[in-house]
Order: sequence, then C-alpha cells, then structure tokens
Amino acid sequence: MLDSPLKLHPSVALRPEPFGALAYHYDNRRLIFLKHPTIVDVVKDLEQHPDLQSTLSAHGIDEQQWDNYDKAICSLIESDVVVAR
Amino acid sequence: MTALTERMKDGLDAPICITWELTYSCNLSCVHCLSSSGRRDPKELTTEEAFRVVDELRNMQVFYVNIGGGEPMIRRDFFDIVEYATSSGVGVKFSTNGTYIDAATAQRLAAMDYLDIQISLDGADAATNDAIRGEGSYDTAMTAMRHLKDAGFGEFKISVVITRHNIAQLDEFKAIADEFGAQLRITRLRPSGRAVDTWEELHPTLDQQRILHQWLLGHGENVLTGDSFFHLNALGESLPGLNLCGAGRVVCLIDPIGDVYACPFVIHDEFLAGNVRDDGGFAAVWRTSDCFSELRGPQSAGACASCGSWDACQGGCMAAKFFTGLPLDGPDPECVGGDGEYALASAGAVPRPSGDHSKPVAVQLGRRSNV
Repeated sequence: MLDSPLKLHPSVALRPEPFGALAYHYDNRRLIFLKHPTIVDVVKDLEQHPDLQSTLSAHGIDEQQWDNYDKAICSLIESDVVVAR
Repeated sequence: MTALTERMKDGLDAPICITWELTYSCNLSCVHCLSSSGRRDPKELTTEEAFRVVDELRNMQVFYVNIGGGEPMIRRDFFDIVEYATSSGVGVKFSTNGTYIDAATAQRLAAMDYLDIQISLDGADAATNDAIRGEGSYDTAMTAMRHLKDAGFGEFKISVVITRHNIAQLDEFKAIADEFGAQLRITRLRPSGRAVDTWEELHPTLDQQRILHQWLLGHGENVLTGDSFFHLNALGESLPGLNLCGAGRVVCLIDPIGDVYACPFVIHDEFLAGNVRDDGGFAAVWRTSDCFSELRGPQSAGACASCGSWDACQGGCMAAKFFTGLPLDGPDPECVGGDGEYALASAGAVPRPSGDHSKPVAVQLGRRSNV
C-alpha cells in the first residue's frame, strides 16, 4: 500500500481523544479507534501527498517503522476509513 | 485488558454513547421499565432546549445519540428534534414500542438519513411479550416492523431485554429478526426503575446465563448486545465488545428534564452529575462534574480482589449492584461464580430510584355487593 494514493473517506469524522482519535463512519455507522496520535496525523494528511510513503516521510517517521504503518493503514482500508483516490 | 480500555477508564473528552430520554410519558407500563416511565414530567425540556442539547452534542463531536423515553414518539416535536439532530451531523437511533409507526410514518422514517430504529420486543410470542410489556404490545410491535419492512427502511433493530421467561426463545427472536431483515439486539435486565420490584423474579438463573454465554459466543458480532453482558466473561471466553462499565466514562444518560446521570440504569441522586440547564451546559457536566470524576478514578475491586476472574468481568454492572443493595466494590448480583447470590443473602436495604413517573394504578371499582 506504500505507493498508493490514499485519502480519508469523506464520510468519516475524526474526534481527537487522549489515546489518538475516534473515527465515526456516517455511512455504515461504525466507530473505529485510532490508537496512536501519529497515525491520526498521518491519516488526516494522506490527501496532501502523492502516496502513503511520502506522507510517512513528510511526518519524519523512521523507514524501519513503515511496515507497521502500512499494516495499520491496511486495516483502516478494510474498515473503509481510508480509501484510494 | 488492552491499553485502549485502560485509557477509557480515565474517561473521554466526550461520550461515545449517549442515551437521551425525551419524555417520561409512555402509553405502556412495562414491568421492567428502567426509567419508571408513564406520565410526562412538567419540567421536561422544551423544543428549543432540546435543540441546544443537540448543538452541544454536535460541538463535542458526539456522532450519534440513542433517543428513548418513555415513548419518544409521543412528543409532538419528536420529528423536529430528530431532524434537527441528523441535519446537524448527530445521527439518531431511537427506541420505540412501535405504537406510532403506521404505514405513512414508516415511509417518512425510511426517507431519512442517519436514522436507525430499535423496536422493543420482550417475547417471541404474544403471551411471553405481553406479560412484560402489556396486553396487545406484541401485535403493536409486529405491525410496526411490518410497516418498516414494507416501507423499505432497511436494517432496523429488534431490542430484547433478556429475562428468565424469554431466554429459551433466543433462536426464535433471531428468526423474527431475519424475517424482517432486522438485526437482533439483546441486552441485560437491570434492577432499575420499576424492575427494582420485578428483577428478582425476572432475571435469568445461573444455568440460563451459561446457555446465554454460549449462544452469544456462537452468534458473534451478528447479534448486538450494547456490551451489556461482560459479567459473563468470567465463564471463560470473552464476548466481543468493550469489557468495562462505561458509566460516566464513555456513556451517560440525559433524562427528559435535562438531568445527566452516569448511565441509563442509575436514575438515582447518587449518580446525578448535573443538568444540561446548568451554567456550562452538558459539556461542563461531562468534563468537570464530581460524580463523573469519581467514576473515572481508580476503582477498588473490594471483595472481588482475590478472585481470579476479576480481569474478565471487572466486577460486573454498577447499576445491578446498586439497586440490589450490594456494595459497588464487590460481586455483581448475577456473578457467574455464584458470589452474587451469596452476597444478596446479606445485602443491605435496596435503594429506590429517584423519580417515579409511573401511571397511577387503576383501581377496579366494583359495585358493592349486598352485605
């Protein structure tokens, strides 16, 4: 997924919380927990960059951790929070 | 216990799940009504005040609200409030007994966005249901569901409170839900409201709780539970959902007169955190009330501290303990380890709920026979 252009689903709202954020999908009425503040920043910013890896590097995330972020984003794609653009 | 649930114990910036009861007025008099509803309270929020509550929920990014009562559709401004909420981005799920859903209303509901409906049903047949909810209420609910199906509403919910008398009907409830293209939601009976007097004879037995646990594990996430059965996790495998008491941490209740309680099942002064009419409104109550701060602090396991199942069941439901006269830092009255029954034997006086809006009991006036 690292080289895919992505964005936050337009029907998803993010609410900041001490642990990260609460995402609510207005279309399927599902709540999803984003369990880290950094992943919240990345998700919010996906649309501003050509693909996932450039978003990660723009946020100064160490390349060794990209795999973990890739997995996290994949699970957000499964729950339709993040979509291709 | 995950790190996330640990964080939730400290409370969130805004609730995830709010129950908002719009009125104490109800055409039914269910024997287990958690809010002792029946008659409207003269101090109920006006339409304008209800709109201000919605504004606050929107500003706090509360994504949806569970509207109930009483029977919320009795309010003449019911649709005004619901439409104001959904157009503000606050989705609505409302609970109803179905009396006011005729064919035309079903079509109106089906045309609305961000709206979900929950029809209450406490028996898979008329006899079982009506014994709890009153004569004719089964037919009323089934008629409403038929209207919703015919109107193409989509997947509404059928909401069942599990009792000793309907627990054998789980598969039948599921079949009814499937027939209507609905989703089944089953929740735990708490000794709250009028159930303070009926819980003892209605709550499931220990053997029934074991059957329920197995049934829930078998049906997974297809059956909703409001995460209300986490006390059963002490039986072994954990049920899906949040394994904690969310009272004042992730959930709360706004009652018809604007009082804010820690959860829908604790309408009692002890758990009253404030009122939406107070300075600072609902947000201030949620964020700064002493009552909620206390619930978010560390909780003692008390008598359960040495039990190996504490991590699994978290001591169970606060409301269930409170309204059976048990200490809050001890076993749930329905503790699957049997400690609840033991504790109940020496329980203190049972507190009465703070308000009672029950309709006066109709006294049968018979002709005096000749003496």
